[in-house]
Amino acid sequence: MERPQINVKNFFGCQLPGVDPSALKGKLIVLEGADGSGRSTQIEILRNWLERTGHACVTVGLKRSMLVGEELEKAKQGNIMGPITRSLFYATDFADQLENKIIPSLRAGFVVLADRYIYTLMARDIIRGADPDWIRNIYGIALVPDAVFYIQVPPKTLAERNLRKNHMLDYWESGMDIRRSGDMFESFIHYQTQVQRTFGWMHTIYGFKIINGNRLVKTIANELQAKIEGLLSPQTVLAGGGGTGDGAYPEHMVLTQNQEKI
Amino acid sequence: MEKKNRANSEITGKLIAAEGLDGSGKSTQIYLIKRWLELEGYKVAFTEWNSSALVKEATKKGKKRKMLTPTTFSLIHSTDFADRYERQILPLLQGGFIVLADRYVYTAFARDAVRGCSREWLRKLYGYVRPPDITFFFKIPLETAFHRILDGRPQLKYHEAGLDMGLSADPYESFRLFQGRVYDEYLSMADEFNFTAVDGSQQPNVQQENLRNIIQQRIDLPRYRWKDHR
Repeated sequence: MERPQINVKNFFGCQLPGVDPSALKGKLIVLEGADGSGRSTQIEILRNWLERTGHACVTVGLKRSMLVGEELEKAKQGNIMGPITRSLFYATDFADQLENKIIPSLRAGFVVLADRYIYTLMARDIIRGADPDWIRNIYGIALVPDAVFYIQVPPKTLAERNLRKNHMLDYWESGMDIRRSGDMFESFIHYQTQVQRTFGWMHTIYGFKIINGNRLVKTIANELQAKIEGLLSPQTVLAGGGGTGDGAYPEHMVLTQNQEKI
Repeated sequence: MEKKNRANSEITGKLIAAEGLDGSGKSTQIYLIKRWLELEGYKVAFTEWNSSALVKEATKKGKKRKMLTPTTFSLIHSTDFADRYERQILPLLQGGFIVLADRYVYTAFARDAVRGCSREWLRKLYGYVRPPDITFFFKIPLETAFHRILDGRPQLKYHEAGLDMGLSADPYESFRLFQGRVYDEYLSMADEFNFTAVDGSQQPNVQQENLRNIIQQRIDLPRYRWKDHR
């Protein structure tokens, strides 16, 4: 296998104070998609595959920051924030994870798997009337990922999957705060259609890869692994890696993060 | 500023901001302005930096555990500001009030830029806010401000002293250096944002007379009188 290209990381906008992008040796891989798109399942499969092949991984997502994750969850329940405040609260949560989790992990050479990234955050805000330039400037602090995959599933299928799993639709994922009618199912379809349209628009700017999520879990996993394999340094791929991508859970041989360097 | 995110066409209120270092006398002066306007029967309201309940807990936690970076410090304060702006400042302005702000976005511009945030990023971050009709900038010799703050205060807070910047291990020295830089940053913004400079070392009543004159010249006060007042 040929040597992977030296790929210095970049920020979308202004550089974050105190961060040297050339020191970030790890890989940042982002999965985007609605609840029910199979995003979290694929993250789990990817993590198993990567750890089996000897890559140290860390997973990040939204609303998980030490700083405001809890407060954000609380505020969300009450729906008491104005739209600008909510945008900024989420941006704070993102920035905390970026600086305290993503960047240190990349510095240590980890593969960072992001279960959603700035694209979801921006789409939500834009649909709710935020100025796209304003929101893009805020997330100018974000690192450009090494790969972004947007798992797309038709809204009706999303609704079915969510109903099957939870027997109800999520308030926010149905856009009930900006609903046009009291009909939750209709609101869900309408909102998710808007999300997909916004992702389509963002695709023209950011050029992420759109993955058809309306297929077997295994088929999608294989496609993702094939695409990610090329990003990873061959020296660190252990035997058994190879991207056969069977997606099985290798509980018996998950490597811990510390073992990678040995 | 102002053109994004919000339609501001309906705003009939006026916004007066006071900016300057801690110890510059701005809070005293803005308080006296408030007393003057309310006693004269005008629709007036007061708002101060860092007072929203929503993110107070998170800010406190972040500061206490020293887990804030320049960017998260900036963003958490901008969230706090936005909450106050959306729920208080903007509705007051739409309701035709004279809003007195003890510190406004320029505090963030100065402080966060000194901590290393991009100036352009900061200006866009607060791009949705309405610029004040008058921004008073309280100028004062640094030493005077230091004495007013430090006299009778045995301990400085971590962020207040800029200790997160590693300028000096000594809180007092760090405070001086940090405040000096913030002051320089204010000075460099004076023209860009049309600050009205006031001499904060004058006697309080002399300053107050000056401020009241400026306000009377620039704002058509009778428009803001309560119609049904006493």
